[in-house]
Amino acid sequence: MDIFIQQLINGVTLGSVYAVVALGYTMVYGIIQLINFAHGEVVLIGAMVAFSVITALAPGGWPPLMVVAAGTMVAIPVCMAIGYGLERAAYRPLRNAPRLAPLISAIGMSIILQHLALLVWSRNFIAFPQIIRSEPYHIGGAIITNVQIAIIATSVAMMAGLALIVYRTRLGTAMRATAQNQHVAGLMGVDINRIIAVTFLIAAALAAVAGVMVGSYYGIAHYQMGSLLGLKAFSAAVLGGIGNLPGAMLGGVLLGVVEALGAGYIGDFTDNWFGSNYQDVFAFMVLIAVLVFRPTGLLGERVGERT
Amino acid sequence: MKGRHPALVWVGAGLVGIALLALPFALAQAGTAWVRITNFAILYVLLALGLNIVVGFAGLLDLGYIAFYALGAYVYALLASPHFGLHLPFWLILPIGALVACLFGVLLGAPTLKLRGDYLAIVTLGFGEIIRIFLNNLSQPVNITNGPQGVSRIDPFRFGGFDFGKSETLFGLAFSGPVKYYYFLLAMMMAVIFVTVRLQDSRIGRAWEAVREDETAARAMGINTTNIKLLAFAMGASFGGLAGGMFAAIQGFISPESFVLVESIMVVSMVVLGGMGNVWGVILGAVLLSFAPEVLRYTVEPVQKSIFGKSLIEPEVIRMLLFGLAMVLIMRFRPAGLLPSAVRKRELAERKG
Amino acid sequence: MSLLLEASGVSRRFGGVQALTGVSFSISRGEIYGLIGPNGAGKTTLFNLLTGIYLPDEGSFGFDGHPLSRLKPHQVAEAGIARTFQNIRLFANLSALENVMIGRHVRTRAGVLGAVLRDSATRREEAAIERRALELLEYVGIAARANEAAGGLPYGDQRRLEIARALATDPKLLALDEPAAGMNASETLALRKLLERIRADGTTILLIEHDMKLVMGVCDRVLVLDYGERIAEGPPGEVQKDPRVIEAYLGVPAAA
Repeated sequence: MDIFIQQLINGVTLGSVYAVVALGYTMVYGIIQLINFAHGEVVLIGAMVAFSVITALAPGGWPPLMVVAAGTMVAIPVCMAIGYGLERAAYRPLRNAPRLAPLISAIGMSIILQHLALLVWSRNFIAFPQIIRSEPYHIGGAIITNVQIAIIATSVAMMAGLALIVYRTRLGTAMRATAQNQHVAGLMGVDINRIIAVTFLIAAALAAVAGVMVGSYYGIAHYQMGSLLGLKAFSAAVLGGIGNLPGAMLGGVLLGVVEALGAGYIGDFTDNWFGSNYQDVFAFMVLIAVLVFRPTGLLGERVGERT
Repeated sequence: MKGRHPALVWVGAGLVGIALLALPFALAQAGTAWVRITNFAILYVLLALGLNIVVGFAGLLDLGYIAFYALGAYVYALLASPHFGLHLPFWLILPIGALVACLFGVLLGAPTLKLRGDYLAIVTLGFGEIIRIFLNNLSQPVNITNGPQGVSRIDPFRFGGFDFGKSETLFGLAFSGPVKYYYFLLAMMMAVIFVTVRLQDSRIGRAWEAVREDETAARAMGINTTNIKLLAFAMGASFGGLAGGMFAAIQGFISPESFVLVESIMVVSMVVLGGMGNVWGVILGAVLLSFAPEVLRYTVEPVQKSIFGKSLIEPEVIRMLLFGLAMVLIMRFRPAGLLPSAVRKRELAERKG
Repeated sequence: MSLLLEASGVSRRFGGVQALTGVSFSISRGEIYGLIGPNGAGKTTLFNLLTGIYLPDEGSFGFDGHPLSRLKPHQVAEAGIARTFQNIRLFANLSALENVMIGRHVRTRAGVLGAVLRDSATRREEAAIERRALELLEYVGIAARANEAAGGLPYGDQRRLEIARALATDPKLLALDEPAAGMNASETLALRKLLERIRADGTTILLIEHDMKLVMGVCDRVLVLDYGERIAEGPPGEVQKDPRVIEAYLGVPAAA
């Protein structure tokens, strides 16, 4: 039982990071039906930039929280600039092209970003300076750390903030209108280009924060970490129902929990034939299963195929 | 093409044929390494041609294509190496590998091919990763794949006393192992080109085009789109498996490292760069991109060394940056590739409202 | 005349909208049967149900003595119903000839082996496909454009090409969704002659059309839908005088 609660805690922590990244996928998909293949790389850049800032400031004797906050504050605009650049350079010119064209362009951008990160931050694993001391709290026999609490709290705050923007502001209304029907929204006076750009900016800002959270949780970063994380977050978005914001949040947390429990128990279930090193398989299994059996996801209403 | 200067076409084809036959001896002058590099380039051509059936003909984006290559390679390695002590002949294992890859292709495709294109891309990507993760981990509790260490001492092709791993002299010419493989690969490539060109210009090829152009209309014309897509997927997978088996034999050693996501993406970029749907364009794309790292090694490296005194950026990284850039720029400025297929060109240049 | 198509009590909802309510009708062999009604009356929905794109919630179709229920679109085509689309759906980047050749798919057999080996049976079949496709292009009057990309053809020719492609499947019933839309008067006249010729050559036609002059001139009988319900059926002359039809079109009760 303790192991179960422990895996649950770990799963929810990781899952809330997935959820924040998944929101980025789902927002962009909802508005222009594009899988922003390079979104995982934006998360990666967020983690790396934060790493550089934190490493530089760490010896300065500032309070640790301020150092992390500074790292995040630098990562956010950098990622937003990249997100905006992606949209302008790789996607906007292809908005009316056949469906596969922007996807291929996105794959190209993801390769470019990944290898630029390699050039700047090397191909080695990078250790985040452990400036925040991990404080364990005991719940029964399980442990939750202050870092985990911070990650979950930050994620919830980000999601709440996003929900406020989308459902309570004029900008949000315009975004939802554009997602519903771009053409009609345009006729109603919505500046489509601006709304799409803003969507990318918000998604990128979320990605930056997610990057910082992932980096601090695992304590390490690597130039290839973005693609796997991105893929899992995309799976989470599909699980929840792509284009659906609450769905992305639900899908993210669920996927995190499935992964953690799966990794924790797969040995028991399979008589130790499979071990926790199969953890990464679960996300893909979930993805394939959802797409095959319920392509609309848990909360989605969009139909997988339009005629 | 039909009937236009047939004599001229035959002469041209003859000249190209002679050049291809003489090529390994010319390359051997520069070093056997170049023959090996050429062999790997042909393997990429085979992969790109296989993927072209899926992406170019039927319009399905497969981002996990390398998984089929991996399956073919592992089937060969496990059935012809000391790992299980099995040493079956290559002419038996190559088809088995293609069949296994085909089977997996059908298993993956049957439930997923009804999905819209971009979902299919992600599902295939996930499939590719799943296969790799299994190859990496299926060393316990029963050692099937030998995990990350991979399988080594894989048998070369042997036919009676004719061993592709050894050098020998025939008709006064020295045939090294790589040169023998070159001719085998060349023959395979010709066969695959023949098959794909004929398929494209057939009832099946037209059905693929119809599905690519407008699936709803294709269905209304009586085409069983699920089956016809599955056929493309299965054929592409078999070609991948076939190439994988040859890769294992030529290399003599394989590990999951050779079958990472980047490899899948590389094959996709070859197809995209050359021109989706155009067999000759795809071949051009594969040749260009598989020689790129070597060319970069011999150009960018010395330039960097002479300017900075050391190598700042590895050629591998430059290559990947160029890949990425090429994909973005081609989609933007030349979406039909370097050698567009006449049909594709119109489709991609057109702005759909 | 024997029955070719029989629809009984066909209904379909989309979300909260009842698109069709218990529609029944039957078409005899050799008829040109019109399907009219104001926009949103459920005409195209009926087409999509008939051709297997949607499944009916209730009711069924019987075709040529067999039930059509639960057939997938490609099976419907195989059973002998071919259709065109309201918003033309040609394979825009393929040549006109190739478009029609694709229509022959369902009546031909060559598989992968045949394609690769090109045995004599395959070559014969391939030649027959091409010959038949050319004939059909000739038949609808656009043979001169055989090698042009379908998407680049003038609008009226695209409509004709869609008909040729549908005819290539050897249909017993040809279902046309607004074939005259966007055509000028002389093109419409030529279309009318084409429809009559198709019928004379033995193919039954189900026609959705807004051009009343064409409908009244060419159809043997007409079914009128309004808000998903059948409000009238009969020879065009009678239907035209039906007060419910006049009300549906003009939006006011007809003066008694």
